[in-house]
Formats: sequence, structure tokens, C-alpha cells
Amino acid sequence: MTNTSLPHDPYNVIITGVGGQGNVMASRVVGQMMSRRGLRVTIGETFGASQRGGSVMSHLRISKESYWSPQIPKGKCHLVLSLEPTEALRVLMNYGNPSVSVICNTRPIHAIGVISGDQQYPALDDIKRWVAELSEACWFLDATAKAMELGNPILGNIMMIGAAAGIGALPIDREGFAAVISTTLSADKRDVNLQAYDLGVGMVQ
Amino acid sequence: MSIISTGRQGERYLLMGNEAIARGALEAGVSVIAGYPGTPSSEIIETLAAVSRDHNLYVEWSVNEKVAMEVTAAASFAGLRSLCVMKQNGVNVGSDFLLHLALTGTRGGMVLVHCDDPGALSSANEGESRHFARMLELPLLEPGDFQEACDMVKWAFELSEQIHNVVMVRSVTRLSHASGNVVFGELPDGAKKAYFKHGGFILDPLEGPMASLPAPYRHQQQQEKLKTVVAGFEKSPFNTYTGPEAPELLVITSSACNLYCKEAIHLLGVENRVGLLKLGTTWPLPPRLMEKHLRRTDKVLIVEEVIAFLEENVKILAAELAAKVGAKTFFGKREGNIPAFNEMTPDLAVAALAEILDIDYQPVTQAYAERSKELGSSGAPGRDLTFCAGCPHRASFWTLHNVLQMDGRDGFVCGDIGCYSMAVLPTGFNTLKTLHSMGSGVGLANGFGQLGRFGMDQPVLAAVGDSTFFHAVLPGLINAVHHQSDITVVVLDNSGTAMTGFQPHPGLPVDAGGNEAPAIDIARVCEAMGAVTRIGDPFDIDNTRRTLLELLEIKGLKVFVLKQMCALSPEKKAKKMYAVTVDENMCLGQSCGCNQLCTRVFKCPGLNWDKEKRVSKIDDVICAGCGVCASICPSGAIQRKEVA
Repeated sequence: MTNTSLPHDPYNVIITGVGGQGNVMASRVVGQMMSRRGLRVTIGETFGASQRGGSVMSHLRISKESYWSPQIPKGKCHLVLSLEPTEALRVLMNYGNPSVSVICNTRPIHAIGVISGDQQYPALDDIKRWVAELSEACWFLDATAKAMELGNPILGNIMMIGAAAGIGALPIDREGFAAVISTTLSADKRDVNLQAYDLGVGMVQ
Repeated sequence: MSIISTGRQGERYLLMGNEAIARGALEAGVSVIAGYPGTPSSEIIETLAAVSRDHNLYVEWSVNEKVAMEVTAAASFAGLRSLCVMKQNGVNVGSDFLLHLALTGTRGGMVLVHCDDPGALSSANEGESRHFARMLELPLLEPGDFQEACDMVKWAFELSEQIHNVVMVRSVTRLSHASGNVVFGELPDGAKKAYFKHGGFILDPLEGPMASLPAPYRHQQQQEKLKTVVAGFEKSPFNTYTGPEAPELLVITSSACNLYCKEAIHLLGVENRVGLLKLGTTWPLPPRLMEKHLRRTDKVLIVEEVIAFLEENVKILAAELAAKVGAKTFFGKREGNIPAFNEMTPDLAVAALAEILDIDYQPVTQAYAERSKELGSSGAPGRDLTFCAGCPHRASFWTLHNVLQMDGRDGFVCGDIGCYSMAVLPTGFNTLKTLHSMGSGVGLANGFGQLGRFGMDQPVLAAVGDSTFFHAVLPGLINAVHHQSDITVVVLDNSGTAMTGFQPHPGLPVDAGGNEAPAIDIARVCEAMGAVTRIGDPFDIDNTRRTLLELLEIKGLKVFVLKQMCALSPEKKAKKMYAVTVDENMCLGQSCGCNQLCTRVFKCPGLNWDKEKRVSKIDDVICAGCGVCASICPSGAIQRKEVA
């Protein structure tokens, strides 16, 4: 993949998860990485309810020439980065198609309906099978567990970015990541974020 | 330092819509900025506050939107450029002043940026503010992308100074809270001096006193200004047309719908059949420009969000121009092609176009659509909104709910606007029974509290947040004291405007720019009014319950301030007060008389039910360490240990 080549134009990415997982931060980092390469980027975010246990999504549109709607049209997503297993299914229901790729964190976050016993959370193996059925390619990684080894579960979001680089789905690399976080994160946080990025790359290779 | 300040002229940056608006104001040389926090508008002021020292700005989170308008108008009267920012509801709050301001006019450029929330993604209504432009006879601009968000705000200041009146710039959630590329313009330099000229003749708009009298004269002057506005709008670069000279269908749109229409035309591949007229100057519409485009075809689709504002205005012009442009077939909200509620999406624009142009469009095969829907709806349990782990509101409403149950007189709590509005839902044990605008909980409680004379014997309570308390609750409290309304007001004081991202309010010792500021003590204000006032900690379940039960027995206005910092506040986030664990030998789970009280009823996201072991457990990733669940566990199985 050359520096700015995109498999589709616009290339559509959804980063999804539950409020508080660092979804918005991840989308901005990826957006900045693309923007630095001279690509046109539009990001649509759902937040407000985002830290209140709701499902959250960021839609990224990446294009060489033009800007696009901050909402991806139904069925037109190319890559899903899901920080929570069932959220991948929720995204595929609306934006999936047979040629979509999915990278999915395997750590569940139970909705209050599940905590209270009113709803059932599916078995992880079932979720994996369903995601595989609805996508062309999928990767599952326990990013949260690895992130906790680094000292903070929120670093799972950075691992997902590393994983996206690892599968070659986006024109992003470590150098671009380092450059973006050098302007957005305080110095003491950069090393651990780079470690998380590297672990993410490793988990899909 | 923010990119807004350090970014170079001519370079392209990825900015959130709200940051683009802030940059536009900076490029215009704004001096005074004021507003009240409200999604999706809040980041505009936050962005400018962060650079206030470098650019000599005065930035304030005002107590409410009316005061914000007054503060910014004063700057304008003194010759400075000023920016007023709020969400749609704020324009309602400030509209009384704005109606008068529209008559007196302004001096330094004054721009009102109001951010609507179609679909009520973060609001209690999707009421919109464009209608104020027509009602108050002020020019209205609507950016259709991120670059325009920056450039249009900058131009709005020039227009305001040209007509000496307020210019309204309307954004929506999908622009304000989305990000796109923006090329920066030049930043001005040079200090500005504020001076209010008031010695001139009373009718002198530039040197006389600023008063709306005599109203009919001023009103006529205001309408003259609109003629200048229309002349400028006729040649505005913010109105663009893309498409064939004589399309089969003309789509007229504005704001975020511009991006949806562009997407829909591309997806359907109808670039040769459809023309797209994107309007940036949406009120008053420029008639010559509209005439030119309405001549193109006899079929017109108007795409906009929520109520048919643009559609109605286009139709009025089309009727006036009928002799010149011919009869039109209109598509839009009245024909049912575009819904008049909820937000628009690219897919709704596709559906409208496909129907009108008779195109069969399926984004994916029927088989994939059905299978993904089946797996998605059965495999992804819905996520109801919930208070965060460690949220003080869960603890407060737990006690409020239980006290009202114990009291047994069918008492109820009137709600207000903030995170705690969610207490109408199960996460707050469905404790709130009314929910309207800012301050309305106490206002309604005032009324309920007078109904004892008509036999109503239910205890009346109201719950308000700390920022809401200052914004709109004070007059209601004074009313309650003076009229001896029998109510209990619970102030849920979590030390910030939490729902919108911890903006400071007058109860805190800091202002928008991070400077020290005198804090106003809520409890002392209430005491001074003559209310019976108590202060408590909602995490102390037992004492909170005792105090509430005591207050319900007292007649008149009682105020209970429950103080506990928001779990997401920067001071508290990721710092646990307690390490919480479950003693699996003590947890009786379903065999306990409580039948999983903690997970079944209290439902903190930090708790989980272990199906195999049949005991509760703590999710360490999510638990915030407030320790409240240890207080509610009847068997003492949930245990907490202070974190050093």
C-alpha cells in the first residue's frame, strides 16, 4: 500500500464501542493520521449519551479528493473497529456488507438489561461465528486484557488502531501515530500508547 | 496550545465543526464571547476559552443564555466584536432580550451561533431555532460543511457591522460534533478599545442611547436593514449550485443535509439528472437567485431537518415568482418524501430521490439485509441509558425512591435538565415524574405545592442540578418562599455542568478561562431566602434517608443540597475511593430475601451477576469505587476497603 492509496474512495470506517471506551479519541487519532497525509477526512460522532452506557459510533470517511457526509450510508462500511463484541454485530446490522472487514475486542461490557437479568448476553463463540458470517474477514483480540497489563483498560482503543495498521487496512503507520500523539498527549503518556499500538499490530500478525 | 491558535494561514487542518466556528470568530477578531453550555454547542466556548489569554479575549460561561446575550450585546454597543453561543433551547431563554435587541440594533459585529439538535441526540426536544430569524427579522446563515462553518462565522461579523444588527448562524449536531478539513485564513492583530457612545440624539443608531423606543420607527429601520441583507445574499458565495443546466429535479437544501444530498446523488449515480442548490443564506431568501434556479425545472425537492422552514420560504417565493418561473411540483415534507421529525440521514435522502426518480436502490442484497438484522437484533442486547458507575445520582435517586416508598403518600419528584433527567428511566428507579425545560421542575413543584387546599396530600419534591440551580431555578425558589408553597427541593450538586463536559458555573471557584472566581454557595443562598436547608452526601445512604424523611414532615420550602462530585470529573476520574469486592460465601444471590437487589434493582454497570457461581461480582474495569453498593447489600457480602 502506498502512502495514501485507499482500497475504496471514500473509504468508510466505523469505530464502535460503549461510552467511556475511548472511541472518540481513537477516531480523532485515526482522522489526524489520515489528515496529515493530505487525505480529506470527515468524522461523524455520536456522543452526549456516550459516557452513559450507550452504544457509541464514530464514522470516518476518508477520501483523496472530497469531503463526505458525517454519517456513512447504510450497508457501506468497509472496516469496523469494535471495542465491544456485541457492538460489532449492531454495526453490521446497519452498515455491514459481504466485503466488510472487522477487528473486534473480545471483552464484553454488559448493558444494564443484561446485569439485571432482563436480557441475555450471547456466548462469545456465537458472536465470533455471527461476525464471521456477516463479514469477509475478521480478527478477534482481547485488547482490554492486554491493556490492563499495561495499566489502563482504555488503551484497548489504541490497540485497535495498531491492529488496523497490522492488517494493512488503512494507510497508517507507527511514525504517523507517534507524530499525532506527540501533539495530542502529554509526554508521560506517549510511551505507553506506543506500546499499546505495537501490541495491537502484533495481535493480528 | 490549541491548533486554533497555532495553525498557519493557508494550511489545512482537521477540525471539529465547533472548532471551525471558533476559528472563524478568531479570524474575525472577536473580543467577547459568552454562552451557556448545551450539547451540541459547548466546544465553541471551550475552544475559545483555551486561547483567551493569547488573544486577549473575554470568555464567560454565563449563568444563562439571556445573560449571555446581554453580555455580548454590551460588548457590541461598546464597539467590539462579540459572539454569543448556545443550543436551540437557549434561544428561547434569550429571545425576550433578542426581540428588543433586534430593534435597537448593534454596533461592533455581533453573531449569535445557535446549535440545533435534530433527532434530540442530546436534548429533551428537537425544537429548532431557525424560526427565530423569521420571527425577529434577523439574517440567518447555515454552514453546509466544515470550511463554511469557519468562513461563514467570519463573514457574519462583517455582515453584522454592515447592517448594525445581530446575525444568526445556525449549526446542527452533525456539523458541530463532526470533524472535517478546514483551511485557515488570516488572524488579525491590533488591540481594540471599548467605548460606549451614548451622548447622541435618541434616534442616532451609532452614537445615541441603545433603546428599542420608539418601536414602530425602529422596526421600520430594522426592516430596511433586511433589504441590504437580501442584496448581499443575492451574490453570496455560500449559495452554490452543482448539476446540469436543466436538471430533471432541483434539490434545494442547507446545513448538514447538503452533505446527505451530495451523498445520495453520488450513490444513485444521478449527477446528470439532479441539480443541487445548497443555500447558506436561508433567511431572508434572495429572490433573484431563487428565480434563476427555479427556472431550471418544474420539479423541486426540498431537503432539510425537522420542520419545513426552508420549504415554506421557498414556496412563498415560488408563488410570488410563479408568473416568471412557472408552476412547480414540490416534494418535501408536506408531500411526505422527507420526514418532519427526527434527524436526516443520507439514507433518507436516497429514499426520497429514489422514489421521485423511480429508481430501485438496495444498499445490500435482501438476504444479507435480513440475516444481519436477525443476528444484530437477537445477538446485540439493547443498551438503555444509565448513570455511570459511581454516579452520585444513582445513590441520590435510590434514597429518594425508597423514602417516597416508605412515606407511603404517593409523593413524587419533578425533574429538570441534566444527567439526572435520566431518572425518568429505570436507571434512576423511575423517580422523576415530570420533565420539561431548565428550571421547570421547581416551577411545577411551586404549583403542585399550592394544591393542598384542593385536597392534594402527596408530598411534592423537585430535583435540580447545581448549574441548573443558577440558570433558572432561583426565581422559582423565591416564588415558593413568598407564596409558602409546600415543597422539598433536592439540589444534586456534583460540582460542575456534568452533562455537557464540566463547564464551571457560579457555584465554583473558577471561571471559563480557568481564572479564580468567587463561588456562590447554594445552601447559603437558600438559607438567606428563608428555606429550611440541609446539606448531605448522597453516598451516605442512611443519613440521606433520615434527613429526607425529616424534611418531608416540615411545611413550606425545604432545600436539601446533596453534594458529591461527578464520577467523570477530571478530579475524580480513574481514582477509586474504595476497593470493592464480593465475598462469594456471604452473597446469597437469588436465595437471599433481596433476590439480587444489587444487579436486579440497583443496576450499577460496575456490578455483574455470575451465572455459574450464582453470586454477584464486581467488574473491575468499570467499577468506579464509590462503595455505595456495599451500603445497599442486605447480607453484607459486598465489601469495601478504602484505597490509600
